[in-house]
Amino acid sequence: MDFLNAFVALANYVLVPGIAYGAQLALGALGVTLIYGILRFSNFAHGDTMAFGAMVTILFTWWFQSMGINFGVLPTALLALPFGIAATSALLLGTDRLIYRFYRKQKAAPVILVIASMGVMFVMNGLVRFIIGPDNQRFADGERFIMRARDFKEMTGLSEGLAFKTSQGITIVTAVAVVAALFWFLNRTRTGKSMRAFSDNEDLALLSGINPERVVMVTWLIVAALATIAGTLYGLDKSFKPFTYFQLLLPIFASAIVGGLGSPLGAIVGGFVIAFSEVTVTYAFKKVVGYLGPEGWEPDTLVQLLSTDYKFAVSFAILIIVLLFRPTGLFAGKSV
Amino acid sequence: MKKLLLATTAAAMTMGASIGASNADEVKLGILIGFTGPIESLTGHMADGAELAIAEVSESGLFMGGSTVTGVRADTGCIDNALSTSNAERLINAEGIAGLIGGDCSGVTGAILSNVAIPNGMVMISPSATSPALSTVEDNNLFFRTAPSDAREGQVMSDVLMDRGFKSVALTYTNNDYGKGLADAFQSAYEAAGGKVTISTSHEDGKADYSAEVGALASAGGDIVVVAGYLDQGGLGIIQGSLDSGAFDKFVLPGGMIGESITDNLGADLNGSFGQIAGSGSDGAKKLAEMAKAAGFDGTSPYTPESYDAAALFLLAMQASGSTDPAVYGAKILDVANAPGEKIYPGDLAKALKILADGGEVDYSGGSDVELIGPGESAGSYREIEVIDAKIETVRFR
Repeated sequence: MDFLNAFVALANYVLVPGIAYGAQLALGALGVTLIYGILRFSNFAHGDTMAFGAMVTILFTWWFQSMGINFGVLPTALLALPFGIAATSALLLGTDRLIYRFYRKQKAAPVILVIASMGVMFVMNGLVRFIIGPDNQRFADGERFIMRARDFKEMTGLSEGLAFKTSQGITIVTAVAVVAALFWFLNRTRTGKSMRAFSDNEDLALLSGINPERVVMVTWLIVAALATIAGTLYGLDKSFKPFTYFQLLLPIFASAIVGGLGSPLGAIVGGFVIAFSEVTVTYAFKKVVGYLGPEGWEPDTLVQLLSTDYKFAVSFAILIIVLLFRPTGLFAGKSV
Repeated sequence: MKKLLLATTAAAMTMGASIGASNADEVKLGILIGFTGPIESLTGHMADGAELAIAEVSESGLFMGGSTVTGVRADTGCIDNALSTSNAERLINAEGIAGLIGGDCSGVTGAILSNVAIPNGMVMISPSATSPALSTVEDNNLFFRTAPSDAREGQVMSDVLMDRGFKSVALTYTNNDYGKGLADAFQSAYEAAGGKVTISTSHEDGKADYSAEVGALASAGGDIVVVAGYLDQGGLGIIQGSLDSGAFDKFVLPGGMIGESITDNLGADLNGSFGQIAGSGSDGAKKLAEMAKAAGFDGTSPYTPESYDAAALFLLAMQASGSTDPAVYGAKILDVANAPGEKIYPGDLAKALKILADGGEVDYSGGSDVELIGPGESAGSYREIEVIDAKIETVRFR
């Protein structure tokens, strides 16, 4: 029996990556859920919005790096982030002006907006590939690790190492800060309250004198910030390749729906539920079981529920189960 | 209707052939490899290698009574069957090539062979397709390769591991013909030699994150990981993920993982990892490296000598048969590649053309010690490499 080693092995391969991935999904799902709650449609362009935001951030990062500006041990991308957010805000406000506003004036059914957002998705997808290309881009710099697996082994004398990447640390800290700021904004400020009022009952909100165009604009600005931050963190922690952001759309929507569309708290919980399901269901528990069992009882098989190829199938399965049995999601958002 | 179509096609083809014959003063060779995609960092040098041989022959003025030769590049995307077959069709029907150097990755090579080369009767020489399945495929004697089969590489990799004393390995491969073929060949050779493969699992290319795959490999354990993938793709992701999580710190790198970009990306973290890639330490390889340096590219880059040799084999076979018709010169490829005859190395192509024109025989050796065996594939000599101080160094030849 060796609880410590079992725990460290689990932390290294499941807990730490799961928390970081969950935070990235939660930030993405918050954007989706805000649009759903306030603008009342599922924004399929969200994944590519994240790619666009990350792309602009990367371009600024490269520019800073070429001028010799850096952020010490932290990645330069964090300095470039505000510029990415500004560019993404401009892009989203532009698309709203050009496309979504027309359908809003027509009082179009949500499904029309969804299809329109799909068109926007393809345009953004092409735009990103056109500017930065379809390939993998590297932009991370600064200190790579907070804790290296080898150093951890030497420090603790355990046979299992625990690695903690800077990007994982930044992801978690940023996600907590962003979520706190968002909740403070929605619950404490006048604009935030008017957004919630608009989301709860549009007609009542209009009657009480809330300016709908202003609510819509603020929503897009917040979504641009969330998408850029989520996209950049994902790119820093994993890698930036435009196509992977398109693939990310599925787990993000699964998170938002599992948590309850329209509920910010639900989006966060949903993000972690999806992330941990994906990681734990496909993790091979052989080592952990080996440490926990008595000497010599290490299993011959991998003790793996599903092969890692089925990662995306896990989000699909959870999505379907939730839609079948609890269509409003865990936190009673809007029924889909 | 069908007959009419057939008749017109036949007429068009004979016309095409006769035009080809009357314009014998310019011969085109297709260079159909993945200029984009998973091995794009290798293919630039490969094409330069092939064009070096083409230029050498063309400038000699001795080729088929003074004909010139040009190379026509086209892309396979390495893993894009639809793109490869349409580009092969274009090369054959629009460009009117006399021979096809390519494809590069095994999956697309099989697709080009069965969908385009066989129906059109076009001869292919692949410089880098290594899947064992291509040894047994029905090819109407149209398919050759200057790269050895992975069945051989699997055996060599097993020998390298055994010599270095690694008795248990985790194995991951890219989920395609190349990866699966190599992984299976290696596993059977290694287990026959008494080694233990703790896990054999595939990975998909083009993902952002390989931590789940790395977790499975780490859990299965083993002294070292064999990464039968691509250096610009999932293979790199697996190594990066393993290093980050501290799961493994040494890796076995087969041919698809070896290239400049892997040390550029990973640097000193890769020190101590080793592997093998098709290549020989022969004088021919050294000579080619010098010629390539003078021409401004890297002649030691993987599969570059094989590309030079593929182009040279085509042109020598054409010279030997006095024809650019694939049905005629195809049978000569094995003759010029193997004994008897005078040994031909890179830079000697003019001499070879002269010998052949005078009715003599050549034994083309080239940059990769070409010796075609069995169904027309290279017997295979391998370069064992090790990463030392963030550089890929050749340790010995096998």
